[in-house]
Amino acid sequence: MRSSNRKALFGLTLFLILFPVVAMNVTAIGHYLDVMIFVGIYCLINMGLSLLMGYAGQISLGHAAFFGLGAYTSGILCTKFSMSPWLAMVAGVGITALVAYIVGVPSLKLKGHYLAMATLGFGVIVHIFFNEEVSLTGGPSGFSDIPGFSILGFRLDNDLYYYILVWFLVLLTLIFSLNVIHSRIGRALRSLHDSQVAADAMGVETSRYKVIIFVLSAVYASIAGSLYTHYVGFLSPSSFDLFLSIKLVMMVVVGGMHNIWGALLGTWLLTFLGNEWLHVFHDFDILVYGAILLAVVMFLPDGLVDLVPRMSRVWKRG
Amino acid sequence: MNTESSPVFLQVENLQKSFGGVRALKGLSFKVSPGIVKAIIGPNGAGKTTLFNVITGIFPPNGGAIALNGKSIEGCKALEIARLGVSRTFQNVEVFGRMTVLENVMVGRHIQSRAGIVSTGLRLLGMRREERQIRESAMQHLAFVGLENRAKELAANLPLGEQKLLEVARALATDPRILLLDEPAGGLNTRETEGLATLIHRILEQGITVVLVEHDMNLVMDISDEILVMNFGEKIAEGKPKEIKNDPLVIEAYLGEEVDYSDL
Repeated sequence: MRSSNRKALFGLTLFLILFPVVAMNVTAIGHYLDVMIFVGIYCLINMGLSLLMGYAGQISLGHAAFFGLGAYTSGILCTKFSMSPWLAMVAGVGITALVAYIVGVPSLKLKGHYLAMATLGFGVIVHIFFNEEVSLTGGPSGFSDIPGFSILGFRLDNDLYYYILVWFLVLLTLIFSLNVIHSRIGRALRSLHDSQVAADAMGVETSRYKVIIFVLSAVYASIAGSLYTHYVGFLSPSSFDLFLSIKLVMMVVVGGMHNIWGALLGTWLLTFLGNEWLHVFHDFDILVYGAILLAVVMFLPDGLVDLVPRMSRVWKRG
Repeated sequence: MNTESSPVFLQVENLQKSFGGVRALKGLSFKVSPGIVKAIIGPNGAGKTTLFNVITGIFPPNGGAIALNGKSIEGCKALEIARLGVSRTFQNVEVFGRMTVLENVMVGRHIQSRAGIVSTGLRLLGMRREERQIRESAMQHLAFVGLENRAKELAANLPLGEQKLLEVARALATDPRILLLDEPAGGLNTRETEGLATLIHRILEQGITVVLVEHDMNLVMDISDEILVMNFGEKIAEGKPKEIKNDPLVIEAYLGEEVDYSDL
């Protein structure tokens, strides 16, 4: 792993260790631990989206559906078949990967707007499925009483334990993703961006890698979905609609889609803005979102993460 | 060296390619024997680059046949043809600009490596070993073209001459049996062109057949074993440099009347 990544990973880990210590001792931000759990869950999805958008150059407006497939698989298997949440999570990954493969092979032959429309359509279909298959999914009102995770009989039933579980998985996924980026697969994906024709001439199997990354990103979303289900204990289709898909893409873009750290930054910022800091604007928060997106796209096309090298350049210049 | 007993390595038969109404290749046929340098010359728009693009699978031909070592390859995809041992450089350089020079050559090792998503994500032992081999081999190829000191720079920051050398190193990294060079001397100064001639000889010594499209007549006459002359998508002459130099059709169609023959 590169030294810059190693430093950033060290910094992130330190922050993650200190965060609960501070949050649990300051009453005003005591509930931030809960927000950070959601940040972690969305970070899992968005690392996959970052690989897909920033590295494989493909867009998906259907990732809420993969998130939902993981969530519903976990929820249904645990409540109706009394399966262990861990097994249910693995089953969710399997089902989601299969669906992603079946959807990905034909739709990744499309480009640009057409791919966006195809994945959007897929997301809508899955959303309708959650709404209409009442006997299986509980329909629009969903279902509750989904059990939480436990490790060797020890139940992860408070926010701190769940925080540790979620962010442990985020760190593992982050390391996995960084390893992929700095490998022959990551190089092959980056080469496509600069010259498709030269990448072809070097024998890079373009379409194969697009599908692989699409499936990988769906797997990340599915794991996030399972974590979500067992945390909130309740599922309904409204948590997995088109708006979430768009919000996820927006987080990745705001943070910087050509850099996986950007996905983490964007997710963290927009989740805290949405869940906490924009409440003062009431219903107008969507306008603030819009303004942020516009400002980033206009002034920081490489996302907020691009501020880091920019600031260090200013710093060096003195 | 090439161990095939067949004297023909690349065979092109009656190759045709049209773009809309423009017939870029009108039934072109030629052969390339293993272990030689074959130059393809002709005025601009003669169809030389189109020929390379059809051979390497960037466009499918509209008719005709291409055989590599007796195996028919016309209509195969570019990545399949790369795996059969055909590699190339580009007239308008196509380096991966936002990647480092070393990474560019490492992409060239792609087809010679196989680690999948799981072993790369987990950095399994086999993947690490392979990654080390990719890096070492890429460094060797960079050293072969004399760019080892540039390894860590972004490819886009290199001057044109070095980008062309980088493309050669990247193409060689695929372990090709035949290398297609599209105007390798274009934009190079005299000294760089001399270095290129030496480089092509060294590539040949490795048992790699070289086919090049080139406008620099001194270079072509100096290094080629055979020359194919094209005009308007057709072959107008083929032979040894000495024969081509004195072919009246070539002189008329390509060299024109005002060429300084003392150069040739």
